[in-house]
Amino acid sequence: MEFFKYTRPFNFMGKSKLALAISIFMLIASIVTLSTKGLNYGIDFAGGTIIQVKYNVDAPIDEMREKLKSNELFDGASITKFGTADEVVIRMKTATSSISVDIGDVAREALEGTGEYEIRRVDIVGPKVGNELKEKGIMSLVLATIGILIYVAFRFEWRFAVASIIALVHDITIAMGAIALVGLDVNLDVLAALLTILGYSLNDTIIIFDRIRENITDSKNTQLSEVIDESITKTLSRTTLTSLTTFLVVFMLFMFGGEIIHAFAFTLLVGIIVGTYSSIFMASPMLLWFGFDVRAYHVKLADKAKRELEKQQMRDQFESGVM
Amino acid sequence: MQSQESMRMKLNYRTVIFAIAIVFGLFFSAPSLLQLKDGKKITLGLDLQGGLHLLLGVKTEEATKSRVKSIAASIKHYTEREDILVDALTFDESSISFSLLDPDDVKRVKNYLKDTIGISIDVNGESFLLELTPEEVVRTQKQAVDQAIETIRNRLDQFGLAEPEVARQGDDKILVQLAGIKTQEDEQRARELISRAAKLELMAVDEDRAARVQNMSYADAAAYGDIILDDVKNPAIKYLVREIPILDGGMLTDASMGFDQNNRPLINFKLNAEGAEIFGDFTGKNVGKRLAVVLDGKVYSAPNINERIGGGSGQISGSYTVEEAKDLAIALRSGALLAPIYVMEKRSVGPSLGADSIKASMIALIGGFGLVVLFMMFYYRAAGVVANIALVANLFIILAVMSLFGATLTLPGMAGIVLTVGMAVDANVIISERIRELLHEGKSVHKAIEEGYSNAIRAILDANITTLIAAVVLYAYGTGAIKGFAVTISIGILASMLTAILGTHGIYQLLEARIQKSKNNLFWFGIRESK
Repeated sequence: MEFFKYTRPFNFMGKSKLALAISIFMLIASIVTLSTKGLNYGIDFAGGTIIQVKYNVDAPIDEMREKLKSNELFDGASITKFGTADEVVIRMKTATSSISVDIGDVAREALEGTGEYEIRRVDIVGPKVGNELKEKGIMSLVLATIGILIYVAFRFEWRFAVASIIALVHDITIAMGAIALVGLDVNLDVLAALLTILGYSLNDTIIIFDRIRENITDSKNTQLSEVIDESITKTLSRTTLTSLTTFLVVFMLFMFGGEIIHAFAFTLLVGIIVGTYSSIFMASPMLLWFGFDVRAYHVKLADKAKRELEKQQMRDQFESGVM
Repeated sequence: MQSQESMRMKLNYRTVIFAIAIVFGLFFSAPSLLQLKDGKKITLGLDLQGGLHLLLGVKTEEATKSRVKSIAASIKHYTEREDILVDALTFDESSISFSLLDPDDVKRVKNYLKDTIGISIDVNGESFLLELTPEEVVRTQKQAVDQAIETIRNRLDQFGLAEPEVARQGDDKILVQLAGIKTQEDEQRARELISRAAKLELMAVDEDRAARVQNMSYADAAAYGDIILDDVKNPAIKYLVREIPILDGGMLTDASMGFDQNNRPLINFKLNAEGAEIFGDFTGKNVGKRLAVVLDGKVYSAPNINERIGGGSGQISGSYTVEEAKDLAIALRSGALLAPIYVMEKRSVGPSLGADSIKASMIALIGGFGLVVLFMMFYYRAAGVVANIALVANLFIILAVMSLFGATLTLPGMAGIVLTVGMAVDANVIISERIRELLHEGKSVHKAIEEGYSNAIRAILDANITTLIAAVVLYAYGTGAIKGFAVTISIGILASMLTAILGTHGIYQLLEARIQKSKNNLFWFGIRESK
């Protein structure tokens, strides 16, 4: 079976203006969502308390609210369903710091009389730790981006590196916009998903770039847009297939992986789609816009080959001279 | 003749390495998969097996305060022994001040203080001002954290949990990880054991004013150099005791649970030589008065001193259960916490939630794996089967490497494995696509395979290394469960390069002759001949 049988290149570059318009629209929409609705920081970054309670029947949320009102520790607590109807989480912005008085125990006592339940998870993150995690999180995104930038610049050319980084920023921004839109709690797992998108989306971009590099070096065609079209078309099967298999497994995680992994899987799903799109429609045309010149590249390659050759000759002469 | 030659499957070094990798994978993942008794196994993270994760902060300022207090206590003991009259011995967070009644004593006291390290001494006539030096403050605070780690570790070791983990994090934080806490009661006991200051003090009851204690305010008491403490059982009962203790738990050498004549649990303790001497001196001089046994700021008992008590042992009675007495003895034995600790981060997962998470992620793994395997076979036919062999090998190798290093598998780690399944086929997709392309161009099977691999490798390396960069950063900056994700995904990427680049290439080389002979590209690579 073959999805795309290569006969002639698709005209991707002809559509690059349209793609740019779509991307800019998506970016603006994401930035607007991020700045108006904002990210919903979960307890990992904002600090606070989460208590996960499972009932043997549907959770009596109203009754629970009533009960929790009696204790001032639960002021401002919100109770929401967690996955299934029998499971809920109590969320608070406050974090208790006493070791012997545990908020989980307090909740267990406070909820007495609401039925048969089990407290399955208590997470408390103090404000100091939250801030630290946030700093580290931002640092990790920045460092990963820089690391990738350096690697790509080293392996390809600076224009490739800048194009791939812009595509990455594009992907991460849109993924974050989607997170803000849906109102997911942003915790460490979402950060992990964002970093994975970083690696994954770049994966796609690099496969295409690699082919562009190869075609530039090998073919006589100096029309960059045609080389790009050909490269994208030839790697199109691979791009879609890998995205499809990855999408399939992440979709499985999203559907069956349980509520705790939900935000992580969602972020990845968005990232896979946007990442695939940006690799094809964003990263490659940017080479054009940055004025990558095939002829100049050929000259550079020829120079490099010449230098290598000279070096080799000198080495040979030197060695034979010593002999 | 020639056909016979080419029909024989040729062993090549790639196949051999791949076979070794598979055997390695099977062998070392077996202990974890089959839950064998022997062999190195993957440990499940707290989020999968249930347990308690605590990040504790240390209130180091309290440590300097108690250092000041203990210097004050030793000055008091010294001057009393030497019959030096002291007026207004007071102290605050970092300094002690007092004055002597007899100017002739100044030199003796100065001489005595010379041996006390970490204080600056300022003498003005007969009045003394002692202050902790900044270096001493730093040292004391560092010591408080070190000692807290040591103490908590000792206590948890004796508590009887499997492999408690206590580690320093940053400068002044302590990470405690307790796996295998199964019940709420266990967790509560563990928490109480960790947090118990276990600060034992023996204090003199101020008999001159004790009768008036019920009408006294804390400020009144402070004016006399006293403090008011509650009884442990009945907070309504108050004791007026001298603020500077006779001695504290630092001089304790042993504590154990015992029973009194009525078979009620109590705690026996023993003091070191210095403590025994101080204790003997004090009891000898104060017969007929009361001695308060104070633990963590509560009076446990205040027996009358009937005679001088030598030997340096004593008892703490109180109405506790056997379990409480046992935990208390552990806490006393492993030493007091120099400074109180508090929770900066706590994550506790019940075992049932962990089990649910394992189940859910297994379903996702099997489901995702099944879909990918089916898809690959459907799309690439025999080439898909080859890719699937690599995928299965990949899974086993991930598990084997994790087992060998005793890595921890967390819920995000499971997600990482699932994700790896999706991404590991990538290398094979790239290769298969290349081979197809070359076959379409009319190249021979041999050429298509060899060129396909050599062209694909560069792309695969570049693509995977960038993902690896992201994973390494995640490992360096991630905490707890997230590190597990970085670990599985990194191992997965490395393993996939081995299985896909080396392994499948070997298989193709092994089968090459057959593929060539069959001339059935539809069966082998899922493509029809292009015209």
